[in-house]
Amino acid sequence: MKRTIRFRLNGKPTTLTTEDDRTLLWVLRGDLELTGTKYGCGEGICGACTVAIDGEAARSCQTTLADVDGKSLVTIEGLEKDGKLHPLQQAFIDHGALQCGFCTSGMIMNAYALLQQDKKPSRGTIVEKMDDNFCRCGAHNRIVAAIEEVAK
Amino acid sequence: MTATTFDRREFCKLLGGGIVVLMTTPPADLFAQQRRAPSYPEDPNAYLRIDEKGHVTLYSGKVEMGQGINTSLSQMAAEELGVPLDAITIVMGDTDLVPYDQGTWGSLTTRFFGPAVRAAAAEARTVLMKLASEKLGVPREQLTLANGVVSAGGKKVTYGELAAGKTIARLVDEKAILRSAKEFKVIGKSAKRVDGREKVTGRAVYAGDIRRPGMLYARVLRPPVHGATRKSLDVTKAKAMDGVTVVEKDDLVAVLHADPERAAKALEAIQAEWERPEAKFDTDTIYDYFVQNVPAAEVKGQFQSTFQTAYVAHAAMETHTAVAELKDGKLTAWIGTQSPFGARARLAQTLGLDEKNVRVITPYIGGGFGGKSPIGQGVEAAQLAQITGKPVMVVWTRGEEFFYDTFGPAAVVRVTSSMDDAGKITQYQHDVWAAGTRSSEVLYDIADAKINALMGRGTPEAKLHPFGTGPWRAPGAGTNVFARESQIDIMAAAAKADPLDFRLRNAKDERLRRVLKAAADAAGWKTAAGPSGQGRAIAVGEDAGTLCALVAEVDVDRKTGAIRVKRVVAAQDMGLVINPEGAKMQMEGCINMGLGYVLSEELQFRGGEIFDVNFATYELPRFSHVPKIETVLIKNDEMAPQGGGEPAIVPMGAVVANAVFDLVGVRLFRLPMTPKRVLKALS
Repeated sequence: MKRTIRFRLNGKPTTLTTEDDRTLLWVLRGDLELTGTKYGCGEGICGACTVAIDGEAARSCQTTLADVDGKSLVTIEGLEKDGKLHPLQQAFIDHGALQCGFCTSGMIMNAYALLQQDKKPSRGTIVEKMDDNFCRCGAHNRIVAAIEEVAK
Repeated sequence: MTATTFDRREFCKLLGGGIVVLMTTPPADLFAQQRRAPSYPEDPNAYLRIDEKGHVTLYSGKVEMGQGINTSLSQMAAEELGVPLDAITIVMGDTDLVPYDQGTWGSLTTRFFGPAVRAAAAEARTVLMKLASEKLGVPREQLTLANGVVSAGGKKVTYGELAAGKTIARLVDEKAILRSAKEFKVIGKSAKRVDGREKVTGRAVYAGDIRRPGMLYARVLRPPVHGATRKSLDVTKAKAMDGVTVVEKDDLVAVLHADPERAAKALEAIQAEWERPEAKFDTDTIYDYFVQNVPAAEVKGQFQSTFQTAYVAHAAMETHTAVAELKDGKLTAWIGTQSPFGARARLAQTLGLDEKNVRVITPYIGGGFGGKSPIGQGVEAAQLAQITGKPVMVVWTRGEEFFYDTFGPAAVVRVTSSMDDAGKITQYQHDVWAAGTRSSEVLYDIADAKINALMGRGTPEAKLHPFGTGPWRAPGAGTNVFARESQIDIMAAAAKADPLDFRLRNAKDERLRRVLKAAADAAGWKTAAGPSGQGRAIAVGEDAGTLCALVAEVDVDRKTGAIRVKRVVAAQDMGLVINPEGAKMQMEGCINMGLGYVLSEELQFRGGEIFDVNFATYELPRFSHVPKIETVLIKNDEMAPQGGGEPAIVPMGAVVANAVFDLVGVRLFRLPMTPKRVLKALS
């Protein structure tokens, strides 16, 4: 159904008038020109498209626009503030926690949401909460180390 | 342009002046490594430019897909030029801007392109020092260089000031004077990735992030199984959909829309019927099918084992993606490809264009692993751009990826070997189906060793594969080393010898002995014949000039059959190490990726029908699977840098299988070692 959807996107009020059953991932990447959120599997399995909705991790490929009406949405583009990286972003660089970079946005957003819920997760909790985000390059150990550093 | 017709001055002007150094690498070296190349052009294949601001731009036909060569190549240039790393920008894989390169694969970049970069940078430094000497009126030997500033006494001049207003082009060979390892300031020191900031902010651009005015997203009709023929087609409903363009040209049936979701809906509206070919084999029977169709002579020996490895998907997180735009007779294509120049040739041929009217731009690639050399998606985008007259993006879905990937081939290895009473290996024969010979050289001191490769790539027998196959990270090497290093353990157990001692007893090569001992020492190896109940093992492989030994510790859940790899210690001798942290990242990546083909990854199929369509059934390694990893880089600065992107994945099958044997006394001969197979072996 075509209607007007209102939500906060990376802190800014955003209004879209379009079909409300459209998939958030493609609206972000298309209409809103935020291409940091990636398509990896289209079925919510790999986590490359992860964003935070009201502080909780969500798979944007499994989320419709109707789902975000009235909510607050944060994407990878919303983490850097005034040219200063979010501690998670800095930690990913410092630990070499990325290679090809294609899963990185989803990894950081999933970790960001995790830290919103739990400021000091244990290593076990980090592994458990990150387990459904896939990295083919095999940077897992460094990703965990980067998140652990921020969680200290 | 060839070395003889190449106009250096014109070229330099084209780039906007400054100091430009071009470099050719000796074709002979490349021939040895890239045998598939019928002739390697003598074009300059590396160059760099220093502009009037002192900024250095390095132009490379190589591409960045995660392996970190944009960082290591920049380090090499920074080292020889005497500038900080951040003074360097690297332009990669743009066929209009960079010199020819065959492709980024085989862990070749550092070994063969690296020396070219270093030589070009060293030559540039020589030119700049000469200019500085003239400008400052000080003999060259009295000049000092730091961070792109040349000084003597109280006087100084920057690289930028020296390059300003100049148009100097130099062509050098590899004999340029390089800095020695003792002088290194940048090489050998860990550098953070130069693409880190772009990648953590979401700003890094991949092919799917390209936007062109009026661009349409295309979805292409696919057969349900490989080898199917189309019997009927009805596109009426799709055509009636608002804003949808339907293309039917020969076998290409596609729907296009400005919104990718609407294109997907239009594809669903197409009705087609297909005739499927008869299925002759499946996931389990393919191995017998190979051996029966391509028989090998029987070999006599004391120990005979048959090993099997499965078809595996590259499964890069980025699916094959391309954008193509045809404007004024010139095609521009943005493709995530490991071979931009190969892509240019293919697109020119497909569209009937001259190569000079095709430009391939390679943005960042979201993982390659050997699977991003074929450019089916690029051909589709280019054809559709030509037909529709609009810029077209093709993003393969994960399902298309699992259908059109060039899978690492299923393979069989039959090893026959013998030893004497002293536990010295006397005979070894390795018959390998479909994996090729990579990393099959025995390494050990065995007088009678034979390798016999059947069904190799490019042979008529390779057509037995039911779908596309191709190189998968260290192609075939993991299969060959799984077989050999398992067989070595089988003999060690028969000799009641510790697996490390047994290997050392049969190893003369000092480099091999050193890497085995380094891994064992770092792991705290406890000597015992297998099965010792410790659940630990060792395996070693050679790949891309690099030797890598792994020690692994495993647990086996006897109720479920699940193998847990708890710890992996890797020792690697890769010659001179450019970026130690970068090298370690590659080793860790190899080990973690290796868990997949060893424990869970196996394409399920019947004939040309592939049952895996997404990650729900094809299981990639996860955070909870990865072991504790410790890496040791063996200092060997006297040896030129060797390959680093693949070696550590090679011994993974053997080291885990050997560790399982060491723990439970049961040997597995087939990868992946799924819980079901482990349970069956235990019962």
